[in-house]
Amino acid sequence: MSSAQFIDTAPTGNLRVGIDMVRISRIRESVEQFGEKFLSRIFTPREVAYAVSSPACRDERLAARFAAKEAAMKALRLTDRGIPWIDIEVARESSGECSLALHGRALQHCGRYELALSLSHEGDYATAVVMAQRAAR
Amino acid sequence: MTDSERTARIRQILKDHGRLSADAAALSDDQDLYQAGMTSHASVNVMLALEGEFDVEFPDHMLKRNVFNTIGSISAALDELSGT
Repeated sequence: MSSAQFIDTAPTGNLRVGIDMVRISRIRESVEQFGEKFLSRIFTPREVAYAVSSPACRDERLAARFAAKEAAMKALRLTDRGIPWIDIEVARESSGECSLALHGRALQHCGRYELALSLSHEGDYATAVVMAQRAAR
Repeated sequence: MTDSERTARIRQILKDHGRLSADAAALSDDQDLYQAGMTSHASVNVMLALEGEFDVEFPDHMLKRNVFNTIGSISAALDELSGT
C-alpha cells in the first residue's frame, strides 16, 4: 500500500485567489440599455473588438471578461482602490489561452503580481477565477 | 433639488437597476446595498443610471465599492460631483 504524501499548503500570504460569476443575459441587458457607455467604461477596445467579432458569442465573451475583471479585483484587493475596469484587460493569445494584462492604476498597485486566469461559461452563466502570486523581491 | 428629492431619485434607480432583494423604498440611508443583494454588475448599472439621471460622471478615483455601498454614500458622492 502506498503512503500518501502531503504537500505543505500553509498560506504564505503571497498567494491570493478571486472568483466571480455573472449572468450572461444581464450583461446583454446592460449592453442594450447603456450601449457604448457600458462597453467603453468596462471593456478595452481590444476586448470589445474580440467580443463583437462573433455576434453569436458576444454576450458570453463580454460576461466572461466582466467576471475576470471582478475576480481580479477580489484577488488583488482592489475593490476600494478606485481602479477603472479598463485597467484590467483579458488578453487572448493566438492559441486561444487567455491571460490578464494590467494597465494604469491597476499596474501601479499590483505590477509585482503574477496572475493566472481561467474562464468558463455554461448556459446563462459565465465565471472566472484569478490566482495572484506576489513575486519575490 | 432638495436632499429628499435626490434620495427619492436614488431609490428609484436602485429599484430599477440594483436588483435588490429588499424594497429600495424601505432601505435606510446607511443600509448596506451589497448585503441587500446588489451584485458588482448591478452596481455598474446603478452607476451608469446615476450618471444619466444626474448628468455627472464618476471619475476613476470614485470607482470604489464603498462609494456605492449605501444610499448615503451615493448621495455624498453626488454632492462631491456636483460641488455642493
